[in-house]
Formats: sequence, C-alpha cells, structure tokens
Amino acid sequence: MSKFEKKRGKTSPAISTASLPDIIFMLLFFFMTVTVMRNSSLKVDVNIPEATELTKLEKKSLVNFVFIGKPMVQYQAVRGTSPQLQLGDKFSNINDIPVFLEKHRAKVPEKQRSMIISSLKIDSKVTMGIVSDVKDQLRKSEQLKVNYSAKARAGDKFK
Amino acid sequence: MARKSSKDRVSNEVNAGSMADIAFLLLIFFLVTTTMDQDKGLLVKLPPWDDNPVKQEVKIKKRNVFSVLVNANDELLVRGTPVDINILRLKTKEFLMNPKGAEDMAESPTKAIISLKNDRGTHYSKYLAVYNELKAAYNELRNEESQKRYGKPLDKLPRAKQKIILAQIPLILSEAESTNYGEEDK
Repeated sequence: MSKFEKKRGKTSPAISTASLPDIIFMLLFFFMTVTVMRNSSLKVDVNIPEATELTKLEKKSLVNFVFIGKPMVQYQAVRGTSPQLQLGDKFSNINDIPVFLEKHRAKVPEKQRSMIISSLKIDSKVTMGIVSDVKDQLRKSEQLKVNYSAKARAGDKFK
Repeated sequence: MARKSSKDRVSNEVNAGSMADIAFLLLIFFLVTTTMDQDKGLLVKLPPWDDNPVKQEVKIKKRNVFSVLVNANDELLVRGTPVDINILRLKTKEFLMNPKGAEDMAESPTKAIISLKNDRGTHYSKYLAVYNELKAAYNELRNEESQKRYGKPLDKLPRAKQKIILAQIPLILSEAESTNYGEEDK
C-alpha cells in the first residue's frame, strides 16, 4: 500500500499528445478513401422495393444512376404527380438518356467502359410503362448492364 | 551531414501542435460527406437492341418455354394458369429440373427459356418481385448442383468451376415487349 501512496503524492506527468495528429490522420485517410461525394440531390420520391437475390455494386465510379419516381412535393406544382425521370440532378426526358450515358462514359477510362453499370433506382409504386421505355432507351444506347436497385428483405437469408 | 545538423540547430522546429486541429477539420468534413450505404440490387443483362427485328423462325418446343405473365392488376399467369407468387420459385425449379421427366416440362435446364411479359400498368414492385423469384430459383438450383458435385456452395467455388455450373444451368430469360392494356398513371 505504501508504494501506491508514494506515487499519488507525485504530480502525474502530462499525457503526450504528440501522436494525436497521427491517429487523426489515420482516421482522416480512412474516411477519405471510403467517401463518395454525393453529387445529385433527389428531386423525385424513390422508395426502392425489397428483394433477396442482391448483388453489391463495387466500383462507384463505374456506376451511373437513373431515378424514376413521383416528383417531390415542392416540384409537384410544376411537374405534376406522374412519375418522372431524373438524371444527374435534374428532371429529364427519356431522350436525354443517351447524352447522359455518353457524358458518364467520357469520364471512365476506355478499358473499363464495358464494365459500366446503370443503377435504376425506381420507386416501387411506379408502373412498368415508363420503366420499359427507359429500358428500351438503355438498350438503344448499348448500356446493357443494369442493376435494379433494391433493399435486402428483412427476415430472409443474407445474400 | 554536419552542416545540416548545424542548420537545424539554428532554425526552430516547425510547430506541429496545430496539425491535429487541421487534421480534425478535414476529418469532420469527410465524416459529414461520407455515405456508408451500399448500393445493392438485382443485376440484369439486357438484350442488345435490334433496330429492325427480323422475325426469325426459331423453333422452340412449347415444353421448353416457361411463360410468366404479370398483368396490370399485378396478377400472375404462369403457363396459362393463375399462380400465387409464393409458389413461383418452386414451380420454376420443378419446371427446370423436371425430376419426374414430365412431357410438358423442360428437356434440360440448358434448353429451358423463361419468358417474362408484363403490362405497362404493372407495378414495378410486383415486376421486381417476380424477377427476384425467377432469379432465386436459378440461384437455388445452381447452389444445389454445386453442393452435389463439389460439396460447396457456388460462391465458395473457384471461378473455373463456377463457370461449369453456370453453363449447365444458364439463365435464359426473354422479356417480351410490354402490352398496352391496363391503366398507366400519367
């Protein structure tokens, strides 16, 4: 016991903070590598359906997003309530798809262009009419790899 | 070397105390902008577009076609009979493997064709659910096959062996152009 008492009597040395920047940098690099800049704000309501046979999208730079859904409340006065297409961050027409895909393609190195995937984020309440039109347009512009975005269904085995 | 050290002694060391603050600032910025949610979904390969589809006379035996129709009321018609979605997976598997060698089911999984047709008024959720069931049937069959052959599930197999299984049970899904019945919300 006496030993401890002796120590308590002394003033404790300050903890060295010299390694703090290193630790913070480590965290910083971690977040820098996992960060994906969100560059499109949603203008349509998208509540994706659930499914079980899911595949993960690995490389974000090789993915372009197509949103289909009802315009959000603040846009309904102008756009109405029927399902609309959103490419990038603006409302679009089906005929804008080839240009949109071409713009994305130009950013991707030539070798990886065949690996580009279009992720279709479609609201579950949308009817297939507009979806088929988009699909046809994708096929016309030779974008054949498509990923129907979906959530994992709760209670099912994880896949 | 000697000269260098003398220089060091003259100039003060750079104060690294604020380094942590700067790093913190950056860290917080990246923390805020990070989205951790992973994108998942059903991966599908669309057929290439044909500008002027020539009506090819491809002879497909009727027994090899598994037609699935989803109408505007989200009802399912499989090979002419109404079917509940919960047993679609089972039906598909039975059709593909044809364990009893029935006359009206697929000769072999390689010859089987799934034909999916939907209406413009079909809801996307239903369509995806049906697609999911069909895909699930194939995935289950493939897993069963690889379990039987190699004693491992498909995703644990090396690439070459996976390809053998995939060639044995290929997913051939033809999507007919959607029909125009049914209400579409415009």
